[in-house]
Amino acid sequence: MNRRRPGFVSALGLALVVLLVIWLVGNFVNSPSEFVNVLFIGLNYGAVYGLVALGYTIIYGILQLINFAHGDVFALSGLVSWTLLVSWLGITEDSAMLVTVAGILITLVVAMAFFAAVNAGIEFVAYRRLRSAPRLAALITAVGVSFIVQNVALAIYDVDFRSATGLIPRTDIFVAGGVSYQWNKLFVLLVTVPVLILLTWFVRATRQGKAMRATAQDRDAAAMMGINVNRTISISFALAGALAASAGLLYLLSFNMRYDTGFELGLIAFTAAVLGGIGNLTGALLGAFTIGLIQAFNEGLTWYTPGSDWTRSIVFGILIAILVFRPEGLLGERTPEGA
Amino acid sequence: MSSIPADQPPARRAHPAGDDGAGGGSGGIGRRRVFNPLNVLLVLGLTAAAFLYPYYNEALQAIPLIGDFVPGVGAMVVMLVFTMMAVGLNIVVGYAGLLDLGYVAFYAAGAYMAAWFASQQFEQWRFHFGAVGISPELPGIHLSIWIVLILAGIFTTVVGILIGLPTLRLRGDYLAIVTLGFGEIIPQFVRNGDNIFGFDLTHGTFGISPIDSPGFGALGGGLLPESYQTSFERQSWFFWTALVLLLITIFCSVQLRDSRLGRAWIAIREDETAAAAMGIPLMRTKTWSYAIGAFFGGVAGAFYASFKSGAFPADFYFNISIFLLCMVILGGMGSVWGVIVGGMVLGYLNVEGLSTIGTKLNEAFFDPVFGKQIEVAKYQFGIYGAISVRMMLFRPVGLIPERRRRRELEEGVHDESLYDASSH
Repeated sequence: MNRRRPGFVSALGLALVVLLVIWLVGNFVNSPSEFVNVLFIGLNYGAVYGLVALGYTIIYGILQLINFAHGDVFALSGLVSWTLLVSWLGITEDSAMLVTVAGILITLVVAMAFFAAVNAGIEFVAYRRLRSAPRLAALITAVGVSFIVQNVALAIYDVDFRSATGLIPRTDIFVAGGVSYQWNKLFVLLVTVPVLILLTWFVRATRQGKAMRATAQDRDAAAMMGINVNRTISISFALAGALAASAGLLYLLSFNMRYDTGFELGLIAFTAAVLGGIGNLTGALLGAFTIGLIQAFNEGLTWYTPGSDWTRSIVFGILIAILVFRPEGLLGERTPEGA
Repeated sequence: MSSIPADQPPARRAHPAGDDGAGGGSGGIGRRRVFNPLNVLLVLGLTAAAFLYPYYNEALQAIPLIGDFVPGVGAMVVMLVFTMMAVGLNIVVGYAGLLDLGYVAFYAAGAYMAAWFASQQFEQWRFHFGAVGISPELPGIHLSIWIVLILAGIFTTVVGILIGLPTLRLRGDYLAIVTLGFGEIIPQFVRNGDNIFGFDLTHGTFGISPIDSPGFGALGGGLLPESYQTSFERQSWFFWTALVLLLITIFCSVQLRDSRLGRAWIAIREDETAAAAMGIPLMRTKTWSYAIGAFFGGVAGAFYASFKSGAFPADFYFNISIFLLCMVILGGMGSVWGVIVGGMVLGYLNVEGLSTIGTKLNEAFFDPVFGKQIEVAKYQFGIYGAISVRMMLFRPVGLIPERRRRRELEEGVHDESLYDASSH
């Protein structure tokens, strides 16, 4: 049923957006340099969230499954990257720049390959049998897998935080009137952008990408056209795992992480995917950058700001508001699910 | 998506009176309930055995070898409270088929109701009504716990309706996410609620403690304790109260299932579109299931807070919701008796089973063989996750399935339409 939105709901939504704009403008006027600095931080959050959100949206697009385990795969991948980078390759803050960059790239490639395999394996073991089961069953399984992956991370890395935040120098690239930009921030974008270009190329231009899009549209019809649906789904999971691994490494280079980092970050990334319109790749990125900016603004700005204590509530508030008011997301199409 | 093959029996049968020969009335759905005397005897016997537990608990614990695994009376109270919540959650998940990943929110709301109305939290006021075991000069609001339990139930019901009204329109996994969102927001609100425009509502991360204890005051007439806290048999009295609360919950749950409302829930679970076509008001029916499920969560939360004599924000995290869900899944969604078994088993593992088993395993196996110890209890949620996955993959109906539910799953009634009707 295409429900017509009641007038007051639209008005309420509009009022919220207007308030948000006033708040942003107020903050900008209050302190422009602070605003821009926080904006840069938000872009970095957005990049990491985007890589994870893409994983959610790809899987949802193909299986209509919220892959709860995705956030935990992300966290585990970050921790494994730490093992590769710090323990095995022995990269420290004193390593030469070229060695550091080479080490990070090697880690990135190895972690992406490894977690592509892990994620495809999870699908094979846990989700494949449930493909025709009620969606509730698959969803509960995903929650269960999430806890299993989290506990694998707990068993290997215990409850300690790991970080490699010092590897990329925090020296300024430029400083202009209170606004500064650091190498470690640029580095995140330098990794994210090529990964996204590769992904776009894969989905848009390759045969396998075409098969993915077809399967997402209609699994039965795709199978009838001779597309190997099982292989396509496996590849989608592998793709999502690789994206999660790249996000894991980037997160490790910017923040401390431990076994349960993935739960909250996964939910935030999922919110981003829903905000953009789940199933829509561009939407996931748009949502991720929006959420990343909101989080950074909330934690970094000073003019009438709730502060980091309330970040989680704000993000979930947004999630609930979107699902209630505009379930199709910013860029999505109306689906029966939300009608 | 795929249609039901032609050779399968029709998905939704009509239910002539004789169709479901519900032995013992546990699988029945019609008005006609057949009481099997054997089952009645079994239930009565189990109840009697349960009530006498504090008397033979120590004798059981004295048995060599298995005695170490027998839970104490205090542990039993926790198990009963969690089972009560699981039975409440079963109304939402099992009967109405709505996946609720934020049940912990109701538990928290109930606990904080007890904390507000039976402690010294609001020192600026002094109001006593039926409170026992404390000095009447004590500042703060102190109502009798029995009143607080009912208030907590009503409060969480209202919260449930407020959460339910905008969200229950969503289906399946979206609903799960929204409930999860509420389950995350409420604890954070509690944690940050020590300074809401200068008003200390929740006392922040410290939580609120102590909370008054239940009791009968002068009404007990010497037979019933004046206050549990000062009673010589504190744990036993909490145990008996928890048991009575659980029995009330079970009774309501069974009665509801067989009522008009309960049949409407099950109809929605099986096929939302068909249920709507039969004239069942979807939103109202779903909201009731959510509200009633919330009621029991609130009562259980308030009672538990009184037992622990405190409400702490660290207790209300997402994992609790999953833990409760796992009880429902293990026992069998929709099956009251299954959920009780699932709740008691997982509750036992959670309270002391895993650490006992871990200690024994370390003594007998890990230490001598590998020379190191493994903290089994640390991985409890991994274990619950593994249980959920295992159940979903190999026995989705649960340990003690409800008759009707099994038929649904075996005959493929669910096929997409169960949780994913496309319109209403």
